[in-house]
Amino acid sequence: MPMQHVDGENKGKLVLYALSTCGWCKKTRMLLEESGTEYEYIYVDLLEDDELKEIVEQIKKWNPSLSFPTLVVNDEIAIVGFKEDEIRRVIK
Amino acid sequence: MIPNVKDDEVDAFYEKLKKQAESVGYHLNPDVKFTKELLRSILINEKRYGYGACPCRLASGEKTEDRDIICPCDYRDPDLDEYGTCYCGLYVSGEILKGKKLTSIPERRPSPEERASVEKSVEAPSVLKFPVWRCKVCGYLCARDKPPESCPICKVSKERFERFI
Ligand code: SF4
Repeated sequence: MPMQHVDGENKGKLVLYALSTCGWCKKTRMLLEESGTEYEYIYVDLLEDDELKEIVEQIKKWNPSLSFPTLVVNDEIAIVGFKEDEIRRVIK
Repeated sequence: MIPNVKDDEVDAFYEKLKKQAESVGYHLNPDVKFTKELLRSILINEKRYGYGACPCRLASGEKTEDRDIICPCDYRDPDLDEYGTCYCGLYVSGEILKGKKLTSIPERRPSPEERASVEKSVEAPSVLKFPVWRCKVCGYLCARDKPPESCPICKVSKERFERFI
């Protein structure tokens, strides 16, 4: 399962690492979608084996505690957790 | 793929858990829609992993590795004390019930590396007639040969107890 793409207005490169079961991940997706922002996401709990390992290593570079949601903005910073104000600043 | 969980399973789980939590002084998040989504996720995890792993954490699929994050997790009570909510926002404090805004909180569970390096505590020599067992979820203590089947306070199963004295 590669990255899922959501169409919308480009506000920079947004990559969301999420779990399909997590409430704060859902809220993050809702916030992005309500604002009509283009982004990519991946549900890490649905991955297996090598794919899982690879993505886990990717996330750890941004967020060593491997927690969700992790939103990587422009390959520069990571917003860890549903930090509504910080996310809003990115997509405004 | 994600196992299917029916709405009435979720509703029944919600009613049961709400009653049980409230009878022992815990509160579920009053945002019923959000709460039921979390409960649906716990049921999904029960089906796909065989144990009700925390919906907001990446489960390993190995029960012995994830015992600390079987809901209610070992981190719920310290998070309720410090932030007024558990990590997922399933359990909340009285303050949040009164209307304080709920938001996501930092992860308290140690990283995989930290978890691996925690040394098993050495058993203290005891002159007591019985060992004392501690529930890692709520702190309940009891002196008896073995921990109880389930914690009389927070209802988690006996594998969540540790030898305290
Ligand atoms: S108590 Fe809260 S944080 Fe802990 S496992 Fe349950 S839902 Fe997750």
